[in-house]
Amino acid sequence: MQTIVNAISLGSIFALVSLGIGLLFGVLRVVNFAHGDFITIGCYALILPSAGAAATMGVGALPWPLVILGVAGAVVIVALASEALVFRPLRGADSATVMIASFSLSYVLQNSLLLVFGSRPKGINLWPNLNVPIKLGGAEFSSLQLIVIGATLALLAALGALIRFTRIGLEMRAAAENFRMARLVGVRANRVIGSAVALSGLLASAVSLMIVVQTGVLSYQIGLPYMIYGFVAAVLGGMGSLLGAAVGGFAVGAMTVLAQTFLPEPARPFRDAVVFSIVFAILIALPNGILPSHRARERV
Amino acid sequence: LTIFGFGSNVLTRLETPALLVGLVAIPVALSAMAPGVLPPRMVAQGLIWLVMVVGLYVFTGLSGVVSFGQNAFSLLGAYCTAWLTLNPFVKGSSMPGLWPLLLETSLPPAMSAPLSVLFAAAIGAVLGLALARISGEAATIATFSFLIVIDSVFSNWSSVTGGASSIVGIPLVVGLGASFAVAAVSILIAYAFQTSSVGVMLQASRDDAVAARASGVKVALCRFWAFGLSSALMALGGILQAHFLGVVSVDMFYLGATFMTLAMLIVGGRGSLTGAVVGTMLVSALTLSLRALERGAAIGALSIRLPSGTQEVLVGALMLAVLIGRRRGLCGLWEMKLPRRTTG
Repeated sequence: MQTIVNAISLGSIFALVSLGIGLLFGVLRVVNFAHGDFITIGCYALILPSAGAAATMGVGALPWPLVILGVAGAVVIVALASEALVFRPLRGADSATVMIASFSLSYVLQNSLLLVFGSRPKGINLWPNLNVPIKLGGAEFSSLQLIVIGATLALLAALGALIRFTRIGLEMRAAAENFRMARLVGVRANRVIGSAVALSGLLASAVSLMIVVQTGVLSYQIGLPYMIYGFVAAVLGGMGSLLGAAVGGFAVGAMTVLAQTFLPEPARPFRDAVVFSIVFAILIALPNGILPSHRARERV
Repeated sequence: LTIFGFGSNVLTRLETPALLVGLVAIPVALSAMAPGVLPPRMVAQGLIWLVMVVGLYVFTGLSGVVSFGQNAFSLLGAYCTAWLTLNPFVKGSSMPGLWPLLLETSLPPAMSAPLSVLFAAAIGAVLGLALARISGEAATIATFSFLIVIDSVFSNWSSVTGGASSIVGIPLVVGLGASFAVAAVSILIAYAFQTSSVGVMLQASRDDAVAARASGVKVALCRFWAFGLSSALMALGGILQAHFLGVVSVDMFYLGATFMTLAMLIVGGRGSLTGAVVGTMLVSALTLSLRALERGAAIGALSIRLPSGTQEVLVGALMLAVLIGRRRGLCGLWEMKLPRRTTG
């Protein structure tokens, strides 16, 4: 029971990360290596406007709706700025160029944080009462885990509804299907891309809050492992397929927790090596992922 | 040049690599003459990076498939060097889980270097066999995942690799001269490959995959050769680095190094060997001088100390600016040639 809750709550976080990555890939065809840094920026937004050695809550000391708003706002602004400054000028460039650009964007963002806030990890205590363990039928888990699962399901449902039932959702689906054709029939490219980027930033900021409450630490590379696992999930699900990304996230979460629980002790440090060897093998065998979106085929 | 008749072909093929080696020789000569102005260790470090960037170019530049994983081969080369050259006594304490045979031997660098290249290239060949089948984003993410696999194995297999702590005591045999010689040889090798039939077919597949396939180019086979050669050159760079610093650690060859070698290639232009060389010279000059300023330096009466992270941010910003302003890098597809009189 406890293992199941652990797996689902970790899977929820990975699903949110991989959806954020998948959304940008679906609409913009950008493999966004900077997504992890969007998450990190969300975490650091909590201590704005202080930059001292000890973490003092700025935004994070406000009442909780304002905290969520502040973190989401900061990440969405950075995401939109990255789009305008880096990805928009590169529209139409080949995939290699765009990937290298997002890799360097990640490097610049990460090191800017290092430059401003220093490399030492900071302890931070946000909403500590969420980490108090609850006992339920022999299993022990925190209310945070339940909130993570609940919030993820709510976000997934909201995102699903947005994409399914609204005009902008329809336009996004059209753009993901065939960007050129969508523009020809009157979809405004920059508006669709802007909303996809903003949504991706929103998802990143949700992850920021979850991991800060869970770990209680800030460091300039905190988003990196989540980004890497989110990538795995997005790849497993088939880059660009949103349903695949969500399913992939839960699958990776389950795989990680199961490996941690059931791998023999000496093999545990090699968990990442095992997971990424599997990813490598899957990419070689099925370059389009397990649940490929039908657009993913390379055309002549 | 045609006076030499059949020789002209050889001479024109040597023109570009000879000019590039000459270009690289300028800072080497400067620092040999005035070590106070241009420290030889800085130039040697730049030359070692050059070997790696040329290795990266052989695969990423010629095939068009971006690899974020090539630095893993530098890591393999460097660690293999540590296994082969360290004093058995040191090995016994830091890496007790090594093969007994390896644990007891300690080879001279002249023997360990070729063995280390072979070791990394053999692993590269196996991976290349698999990777050659896929392209685009899938290939890049696959290279990224094997970088993570290698990093994770080497940081955690403490009994064989020393884990996350660094291994010290590798013989310090590489200086300015050796790194210049190896850099020159790798430029020659890369250019020979680029102008060989496999190299030309590979570039054709990069520029137009469909047309190349239709003309009978076996893309997977060409990529396999490029990947193997690239991993050998990357390993060579790692071996030089190990013998230059005397220290090997996993972090030396992870994301930071991946970004830096990629930045050098992209700024210069990933479509030409000249681009790789020019980009390395520019970016390593910038990187090394900013790093010196981060440690603190006195220029005249003024003492400057930049906060750490400045170098990374500026190099990253330069790379983004080049990508946006000149997608093919500073040199594009241009290779260095002597100026010619254009006659009818």
